[in-house]
Amino acid sequence: MPELVFLWTDILVFLLVGLVTAFILYARRRPHLSRPWRMVFSSKIGVSTVIVLLFYVVIGLMDSVHYRPDANASDEKSVEMLSLLDYALSDMRLRQEKTYSAPLATHLYAKENIEQPDGSTLRDFPRLKYGGAHLDDPLNDYSRDLFKQTVIGMSIGIGIWLLLSVIIVLLLSLNNHRSFNDQLKVVVYGDPHIPWRTALWTLLVMLLLLGTLYNLSQYYHVLGTDKVGEDVFYQALKSIRTGLLIGTLTTLVMLPAAILLGIMAGYFKGWVDDLIQYTYTTLNSIPGVLLIAAAILMMQIYMSNHEAEFASLVERADMRLLFLCMILGVTSWTGLCRLLRGETLKLSELDYVQASTAFGVGHFTIILKHILPNVVHIVLITVVLDFSGLVLAEAVLSYVNIGVDPSTNSWGNMINSARLEMAREPIVWWSLAASLFFMFTLVLAANLFSDVVRDAFDPRLRSQS
Amino acid sequence: MSSEAILKVDGLSTHLGNPSLPVRAVDDVSFELHRGKTLALLGESGCGKSMTALSLMRLLPAGGIIAAGDVVIDEQSVLELTESEMRSVRGGKIGMIFQEPMTSLNPVMTVGQQIIESIRLHDADFIGSKQLQQRAVALLDDVGIPDPQRRFSEFPHQLSGGMKQRVMIAIALAGKPEVLIADEPTTALDVTIQAQVLDLLRELQRKNGMSILLITHDLGVVAEMADEVAVMYAGQVIERSDVTTFFTAPRHPYSQKLFDSLPSRHKRGAQLAMIEGQVPPLTTKFKRCRFIDRCEQKNEACEHRLPPWQGDELQGYRCVLSDPTASKHAASHTPQTDTKSTQADSRQDSYLKLDNLKVHFPIKKGVLKRTVGHVRAVDGVDLEIPRGKTLALVGESGCGKTTAGKALLQLIRPTDGAVLYDGTDLTTLSNKQLRSKRSDLQIIFQDPVSSMNPRMLVEDIIAEGLVAQNIGANRKERSQIVADLLEKVGLPANSAMRYPHEFSGGQRQRICIARALAVNPDVIVCDEPTSALDVSVQAQILNLLKQLQDTLQLSYLFITHDISVVSYLAHEVAVMYLGKIVEQGTMEEIFDNPSHPYTRSLLEAVPVPDPNAKGERTALQGDMPSPANPPPGCHFHPRCPLADESCKKAYPQEVTLSDTHRVFCLKVTS
Amino acid sequence: MIAYIIRRLLYAIPILLGVNIFTFTLFFVVNSPDDMARMHLGVKRVTPEAVESWKAERGYEKPLLVNAEQQGLAKLTDTIFFQKSVNLFVFNFGQSDSGRDILYDISQRMWPSLAIAIPVLLVGLLINITFALLIAFFRATYIDIWGVVLCVIMMSISGLFYIIGGQFVASKLLHLVPISGYETGVASIKFLILPVIIGVIGGIGAGTRWYRTLFLEEINKDYVRTARAKGLAEQMILFRHVFKNALIPILTGVVVILPLLFMGSLITESFFGIPGLGSYTIDAINNQDFAIVRAMVFLGSVLYIIGLILTDISYTFVDPRVRLS
Repeated sequence: MPELVFLWTDILVFLLVGLVTAFILYARRRPHLSRPWRMVFSSKIGVSTVIVLLFYVVIGLMDSVHYRPDANASDEKSVEMLSLLDYALSDMRLRQEKTYSAPLATHLYAKENIEQPDGSTLRDFPRLKYGGAHLDDPLNDYSRDLFKQTVIGMSIGIGIWLLLSVIIVLLLSLNNHRSFNDQLKVVVYGDPHIPWRTALWTLLVMLLLLGTLYNLSQYYHVLGTDKVGEDVFYQALKSIRTGLLIGTLTTLVMLPAAILLGIMAGYFKGWVDDLIQYTYTTLNSIPGVLLIAAAILMMQIYMSNHEAEFASLVERADMRLLFLCMILGVTSWTGLCRLLRGETLKLSELDYVQASTAFGVGHFTIILKHILPNVVHIVLITVVLDFSGLVLAEAVLSYVNIGVDPSTNSWGNMINSARLEMAREPIVWWSLAASLFFMFTLVLAANLFSDVVRDAFDPRLRSQS
Repeated sequence: MSSEAILKVDGLSTHLGNPSLPVRAVDDVSFELHRGKTLALLGESGCGKSMTALSLMRLLPAGGIIAAGDVVIDEQSVLELTESEMRSVRGGKIGMIFQEPMTSLNPVMTVGQQIIESIRLHDADFIGSKQLQQRAVALLDDVGIPDPQRRFSEFPHQLSGGMKQRVMIAIALAGKPEVLIADEPTTALDVTIQAQVLDLLRELQRKNGMSILLITHDLGVVAEMADEVAVMYAGQVIERSDVTTFFTAPRHPYSQKLFDSLPSRHKRGAQLAMIEGQVPPLTTKFKRCRFIDRCEQKNEACEHRLPPWQGDELQGYRCVLSDPTASKHAASHTPQTDTKSTQADSRQDSYLKLDNLKVHFPIKKGVLKRTVGHVRAVDGVDLEIPRGKTLALVGESGCGKTTAGKALLQLIRPTDGAVLYDGTDLTTLSNKQLRSKRSDLQIIFQDPVSSMNPRMLVEDIIAEGLVAQNIGANRKERSQIVADLLEKVGLPANSAMRYPHEFSGGQRQRICIARALAVNPDVIVCDEPTSALDVSVQAQILNLLKQLQDTLQLSYLFITHDISVVSYLAHEVAVMYLGKIVEQGTMEEIFDNPSHPYTRSLLEAVPVPDPNAKGERTALQGDMPSPANPPPGCHFHPRCPLADESCKKAYPQEVTLSDTHRVFCLKVTS
Repeated sequence: MIAYIIRRLLYAIPILLGVNIFTFTLFFVVNSPDDMARMHLGVKRVTPEAVESWKAERGYEKPLLVNAEQQGLAKLTDTIFFQKSVNLFVFNFGQSDSGRDILYDISQRMWPSLAIAIPVLLVGLLINITFALLIAFFRATYIDIWGVVLCVIMMSISGLFYIIGGQFVASKLLHLVPISGYETGVASIKFLILPVIIGVIGGIGAGTRWYRTLFLEEINKDYVRTARAKGLAEQMILFRHVFKNALIPILTGVVVILPLLFMGSLITESFFGIPGLGSYTIDAINNQDFAIVRAMVFLGSVLYIIGLILTDISYTFVDPRVRLS
């Protein structure tokens, strides 16, 4: 009987999902928020990056629903904790090879002594236990099988895409009170409000890619295996959650402090302002990496001295991830705080705030009604802009060993372990390439998306166009 | 009279923005500028007058194109020139100065460098750094900048607004242009500075024989400067005329209305004529007269065709009607007789009193940020505001009038003095005690954009005061009050569920008035409520304020720099200079018998919309000193034509001229 | 101006004190010196004696804030806080946990750091400004659009990739320079050239895009319209008017990071095996040498504050509107 388990980060992830949903509901009724979003979704770059990001988010969310397959097992620590993603990728997860193998390979990467049936030993590349194991004669069947599986995978992708497209057009036609055919025409010839055509093309590309990779991964290690024979594609997918968490939870953690302190400093001025400015100048003056390093080191010591408090390795790694988010938040809230302070200073001098004061409206109400709604766009822009930087930072920090726990799947850890193999001849490149590619796609999509968001929300830029 | 035309604009059309739905900012505009003359391009904001000027220079913003027409300067078509040939026209044949002298100069280059740059480009007579510098200094001297040698190496931020505009003129003159385009050259400046700059332009024109294309919205400036007028409306020239004809007999219904909506003393007590509605969007492709929706003289014929141009190139107008003068004076009602009779009572009735009010802002310096001095923004102001009357507080920017208004409301806590309201000194109240008094004193701001939270619905904006003052039991009741208020200020009931940005400037100001009225105030501080608005819209707001005062017995503290509004609206006037009141009296006393030299210069500096009243003033010299460091003795003495040694010694005592008229000047005796 | 600098320097004292209290709390209060000792000596089977001697060797045996056993001022001075934190103010960094003199190490290792950081900064500045000017000149054309897209792509690539890729291509495939290592003197060039090039390339995306924004912001200002009305050519406007104004944020942005160049680059230095302060820090982190980490935190804060003050001063040089008081 599987039993659901909630890690700390899982709870925060779902809290975040809840907050985002609440924000969407709130923004729908506020034209100053919904209009820019409509602008975002009317740009081609906007929709295609959103779709790419959605793929990442769905995988990340799937990886955030954890459960214990067998709750009745006696020894708690030994019980594995799995996520929905693990379940979906069970094949990849369980098919562990002996050591390195190249992408789509059928043999190991290094020669070994193989014991022949007749007792003699032969030095050759041994067959993989799982990769291409269904082929009787890899030499001859390999390319044909590869082609066949690719075509099947693509067909799956196209099939899902057709299904989704029909559903989308159907929903749209219901929403717009058009016939299905009319709506289809609008989508095909380009909807002026939301570029659905671009959206569907992006969806097709993503689904083709995913379908192919998934189907191939049933028979091969698409992106090879690492030193201990783990599937690299699986690792890269598992790392998505870590990347997303670092990028989002960090901001979530720092937002309350940044908003509260920034607005307080700008609104109340005087000694409150002095104190808050002092606090963030002090924090800012500590080099970020060193602060993180110091904090992580301290935490490591704490954890090694209090091992008993953590039920399992996974929970311990999870705590470390959360802690990393928090400490990254401490180093990054100052920028937003300063921005908000400046904006609040400007806003609090505006006539409508003065008019409010002239009515005898209290400070709290003024902040809530006049200041906060007018800085939401700044918060939003910062959150989106910070995301990609944080994802990249994770890789660097993990490289310096002050990032996530070595047992956690992350692109940084993948790069870190792959780096040691750079000196090998011939070079083992796939771990590195896979993590860099996955990271690059996410960061590029986030960067392009944040550009669109900033253009839509920054009133200064908008007035120029 | 018709001398040679130096600049000819023929059928010019300029489109901006998205080519599929262009904004026709300039739509078939033609006019001629004659050598040595001044042509005024008159129009309200957004009518396309600045775009016309930029089209002449081919300096349109990105996305702007000249769609049709021709611009000929000195027999040479400007539109046919290559970009590099065009560059010698810009600054060479045509010089241009802009509205915002504050931002129009490069902040990191010295004044001299910026002038020399222009000389180098267009004047080959001066070569070598020495000659160039001499020429630049001479130019600075020509535009009336004192100590030009020193100013030459200063940066723009070290100059006052008026000086910056002079430097802009010097840069324009450096290329010895035949045509000077002046785009609202004095709009951002104070009246006394405006008078100086206008005088300078006239004098330069007389000396150099330049032609000036003067772009303005101010009928007074037109009367003072122009020889000829072209009136623009919604991208088109709708009337052309010489200035005398224009001011005696405007022919287009729009021009007529414009005159009627100007506030002035002889319209006191009467409603100002208003132009209802708004300028149509310029994306429209017009099939009929573009003024039709706002015109009171329209008839059946106007509906079906574009109005023809009647008259010739120099004198004419664009209208279907052959003689649109029928209802010219219909708008002005007979003045009500109210003003003078109640003066004596109003004295006793005054229930808001400022007593020696002071607002000082500390200046901090040094290692420990010690206070080394004060900006005396308001420095001992005594005022009484009578019930149901309007007290106008007049002065130039930076004289402390807005600060005084805010200190009255305790939005800025005064440094010293008392604000007595109904016997209570507001300055002694705590914030909490003050809260219950807040509903009696309200404020309307200058900028209709920044005075409303763009994120709130109009209903919530107006209801804010209701909630804060616990008026209205529940949301429903408050909605009803808001609906009543909207009706009172003349806005449709459905405005409540819209956002501020959906309204025009005039409408927004109405919302602000409704917001202030919501809490049933007795006194409203009106901080330049109409100075950001066009004349025709200003009339609407002034009428509304006046009507509200009559029905609700409101008292206004009307803060303004606009003398014509004062003469139309105010019962009493206080003139402020550098934080102090220099003269105070009833409107009649101040306007008929201005006693303080500053009051006199202020009144004289205002351009009068009457070309026959030109040039009988002594323009005030120099700029207003900083309130951080006011001159010793009488603050006005450095600029005063009457000042002598005694004025430098002590601040003058109050001189009482009548029960209601007092003045602070040594040269005035009772 | 001098009064201003003095005031800023005085203001630096509470900030540095704040930094010290912060690190002190982190290193000695959250975790006790006993914890650290156990960590270093191996968690299990540590005798109390070993812990005590480890602490005594490094001066961690004293009380944290108040030493009740001492008399007078020594009550406060003979404590960990005073010895380990307050001493930093006089740049008395003491010894690392492995027994080396930290100040000496820093003074030795800052030169290789600077040898990379300064060329990266200067060459990067030159290239980024040139690209940004070029893009700004061709604004709203395809050059602009694709230039920006290229910038976004370049800044989306992890810095690690530039280093690994650069090492792979230049050293492993083409054998142009050694993969890593360092020598002193002129010979260092062959070790430095690759990290410098990689540092510059890695910064092009973000830098060019940022400078382009600055240029475009200036181009939309009123004084540019004045310059055009004068009849100035577009390239003159760009170089003489726009460039001078945009240089203000660019230069002051550079000045603020100038002092921090001493700290070196963590990743680059450790990848290329350059004995600078960056790799020093990383080694300290990996060896869990807290004395060094504490010293580097303090040094970083001091340099940051110097950077802030220098920025304010540099404003007075490049922007005639700014006067410090």
